[in-house]
Amino acid sequence: MSECCAKNAAAGLVAIRMSPEKPKTKVWLPAALIPPFVLFYLYLEDGVNWLVYSLLSLDRSSHLTEAVRFFLFEVPKVLLLLTAIVFVVGIIRSYFSPEKTRKALEGKPLFLGNIMASSLGIVTPFCSCSAIPLFIGFMESGIPLGVTFSFLIAAPMINEVALVLLFGLFGWKTALLYASTGLLIAIAAGWVIGKLKLERFVEAWVYEIKAAELAIEERKPPFSERIQAGYTAVADIVSKVWIYIAIGIAVGAGVHGYVPENFMASLMGKSAWWSVPLAVLIGVPLYSNAAGIIPIIQALLEKGASLGTSLAFMMSVIGLSLPEMIILKKVVKLPLILIFIGIVASGIMVVGYLFNLIY
Amino acid sequence: MEIKILGPGCVNCQKVEKLVREVVAEAGVVADIEKVSDIMKIAKYGVFGTPAVVVDGKVKSVGKIPKKEEILAWLSKAVQ
Repeated sequence: MSECCAKNAAAGLVAIRMSPEKPKTKVWLPAALIPPFVLFYLYLEDGVNWLVYSLLSLDRSSHLTEAVRFFLFEVPKVLLLLTAIVFVVGIIRSYFSPEKTRKALEGKPLFLGNIMASSLGIVTPFCSCSAIPLFIGFMESGIPLGVTFSFLIAAPMINEVALVLLFGLFGWKTALLYASTGLLIAIAAGWVIGKLKLERFVEAWVYEIKAAELAIEERKPPFSERIQAGYTAVADIVSKVWIYIAIGIAVGAGVHGYVPENFMASLMGKSAWWSVPLAVLIGVPLYSNAAGIIPIIQALLEKGASLGTSLAFMMSVIGLSLPEMIILKKVVKLPLILIFIGIVASGIMVVGYLFNLIY
Repeated sequence: MEIKILGPGCVNCQKVEKLVREVVAEAGVVADIEKVSDIMKIAKYGVFGTPAVVVDGKVKSVGKIPKKEEILAWLSKAVQ
């Protein structure tokens, strides 16, 4: 049946009362904000230094001053970056959907499928409560188990909040490293799981489900709606995450100012070979969103923790989440879940050791 | 008219339920609205993303928060 546009269909119906038109999305606003944004970003450090040293005349050598300066500088900087990136990613995500991803992955040969699934995992909007329906949907379309897992590994681990924070606090190289090693782990782990032929551990009822006749029209949203998606993403994510960033940076500031150098070296430094597995072991049952954990990682790094161990810790906290495992248990039997955790944890450990060697 | 909102309970699913109830009330349409949270029941609808909305047995939206205009369109189609 052909579909007339929403307005006509609704207007043709006397019984339905229409609510007033929503105000037009301000499409030009982001472009207009770029100059002030850039200026603010470039001069932020000088501005904060002036504030702390000149205006407030705080003692340069005191720990408290350094902690305060750090906090006042990092919080606006990170929040600004976060807003910008979340906005851009929100727009990018409006071009993707689980349905499109599913169609794209159908029928692809194994290794290519792993690569595509991992890459798509980064850009496809993914709410962790969709993990199960998504899993079932992918399996239903004949997408191999390993490819599905590549997606499920990449999606939560490599998210824009994590990347922004890494970029803001450590620079673009670290952010890029995290993204690429995360991708590699997702591809490799998914591929290995596929090769192990573990399909027998998927709950039987999953294979019995028929995909629904979807009466959804694939509409192409106008660009203003994509901009709106950007705004919505910023409102959603920043409102949820800013408090964790503030707390995390405050903790980081405290460590930065007060904890002596090399304090962490004995625990998490390069020479302690067991620091990588230990970090992963502690990280797996912990779950935090990126915003909370990364500033803390920064503090640890400054005090002597090695990059490899810190990265390993971060990946296992963010990437392997206990709540998601619990949900996944409903569709996948325990042995497969344990194997999944084991493979990803091993991948993370390899990355950890590698980085400790290089850096 | 029977509307089912499928979602295990994350924030987005709750938003969708609230939005659907609002739109139905504003439009003055009589509809039986039910929230389905059980994973297995949701899976039986064959949807692969939540939140999802099913109107009179037909799946209308999957994996996102639908817009008011979209919900209104489904309501008017269902009433026809």
